[in-house]
Amino acid sequence: MKILVVLKQVPDSTTNVKIRPDGEDIERAGVKMVVDPFAEFAIEQAVLLKEKRSDVESVTALVAGPAKAAEALRTALAVGADDGIHIQDDVFDGLDELQVAAALAAVIKEGGYDLVFRGKQEIDLDSGALGPALAEALDWPHVGAVTEFALAEDGKSFVAGRRVEGAEEKVEVPLPALVTCEKGLCEMRYPSLPNLMKAKRKPVKAMTTAEVAGFAELTASVGGSKLHQFAPPPERPPGRILQGEAEETAKELVKLLREEAKAI
Amino acid sequence: MTNDILVFVEQRDDKAHPGALQCVAPAKALAAKAGGKVVACIIGDNMDNVVAAVEQTGVDQIIKISDPALKLYSALRYRTALTAAIEKADPRVVLMATTFMGRDLAPRVAMRAKGAVANDVVELDFTGSNELDVVRPLYNGKASCHVVFPADKLAVATVRPNTFAAPTGSGAASEDLPFAPAAGDDRIDVKECAKTGGDVKDVTEADIIVSGGRALKSEDNFKIIYELAEVLDAAVGASRAACDAGYQPHSRQVGLTGKTVTPKLYIACGISGAIQHLAGMRGSKVIVAVNSDPEAPLFGVADYGIVDDVFKVVPALKEEIIRLNG
Repeated sequence: MKILVVLKQVPDSTTNVKIRPDGEDIERAGVKMVVDPFAEFAIEQAVLLKEKRSDVESVTALVAGPAKAAEALRTALAVGADDGIHIQDDVFDGLDELQVAAALAAVIKEGGYDLVFRGKQEIDLDSGALGPALAEALDWPHVGAVTEFALAEDGKSFVAGRRVEGAEEKVEVPLPALVTCEKGLCEMRYPSLPNLMKAKRKPVKAMTTAEVAGFAELTASVGGSKLHQFAPPPERPPGRILQGEAEETAKELVKLLREEAKAI
Repeated sequence: MTNDILVFVEQRDDKAHPGALQCVAPAKALAAKAGGKVVACIIGDNMDNVVAAVEQTGVDQIIKISDPALKLYSALRYRTALTAAIEKADPRVVLMATTFMGRDLAPRVAMRAKGAVANDVVELDFTGSNELDVVRPLYNGKASCHVVFPADKLAVATVRPNTFAAPTGSGAASEDLPFAPAAGDDRIDVKECAKTGGDVKDVTEADIIVSGGRALKSEDNFKIIYELAEVLDAAVGASRAACDAGYQPHSRQVGLTGKTVTPKLYIACGISGAIQHLAGMRGSKVIVAVNSDPEAPLFGVADYGIVDDVFKVVPALKEEIIRLNG
């Protein structure tokens, strides 16, 4: 069984987001980039399977993005992935998630993977469209926002648990399949210094979109949405602080929520 | 391609998701601008109540795909069913609520229909050159941006719940579309679907959320949060710190690695308001902060604040609401 983890590199969650003067993106200079927190769960889950199961042949980490995105691969390799694929091309900056999914599907078909892990969402775009779109492009089943994962003895299927609004589901799916990982599934181990050193010797295949079969047609056939006019969030008017004993402030708050805010 | 707007009405157990009915409002505005009509698509099994609820929003047409195989959500069966409705109605735009199901389904359907997708949008309009132009928050609510769809492709968007109010009206014509599964649709087999949280609502489906933080100090003390939530018919949420400390399960966590919520009222009790928490709730309509620390960052986004001990204020709020409810 060959496992693939599709990573994303994102600005650290504590980044002070500034908008570029032309409004077409955020300021990226000097922003600390990290592996997306949801992708961390995906890496760990893949590595856990490899450690437990003799039928897992390899865990490959893939990232599509600029030169700097190679750092995300290093993290995955240090945690236990065997090798990496870096599709490095500036053209990705102008593609939307469906176009990226269409291109990645071609790479995944070529690589013959059986199981693909991805984060539930990415903390930069807050979208999460890539995972399900990738599964559709492959015509694979997917299970989204998984918090439990158990591979069957024979390695031909798995049972995944997930929390949907107000319910817990157990879903059984045959391979090949795609899984998006939610908090609670596992926590990524800390990459140790020796393992970070070892990761430097693990193979990373660098490729461009020219090596993706049918790239131009695939990305023209679907998607094509464009992000523009980035803006800071609307300012909330300053709030009102209520003073006094708890009984009084509680009374006043309930009155305001009823009569002014009309929220209850 | 027609100028029609299709709304996928998410339902479970014959109950329409409120966020899905709210989608009819922007759908009507877009249809009026484009000169098309609003078509609702309902997918499931035994959906009389959902049909009635959708009729009351005043859509022009309802496509109902009812089949025992569609009783529980499956990404494959639902994408096949919704794609069939899209082929039938041939709309310009498909809207659905930003929910677990919406985020799971919209990208698949957009890919299958060779369209484009944007999640969690809060404004929708057509540009002068007839492209769908939406606004969505990103970077954990620290920024927003416009997403412009190509004019020649189907646009699929999930709409943030509680951004619009569900409209009222009448006059829908309903028609049944039989479910024709695609090859391999049975690959997703839902073995079990158990309700969680007992009688307490889930944070993603409540109009009001009462959330507790580390200041509650124990799981037992969360009792006061649950009591206030009960009198408000609210869901209970918690900060990451409270969940990591074991006071509440992670399924109740609001924030960056938890749930993103946009209720009509969010009452944060003893939550300082780390940036990761704000990311999950700053889109709420009205925010209340109760905290003994006047420097708590949550006061920066709150509409109303009480700087006081949660153990005094929260029970007092409960008593006041009980008193008014008689």
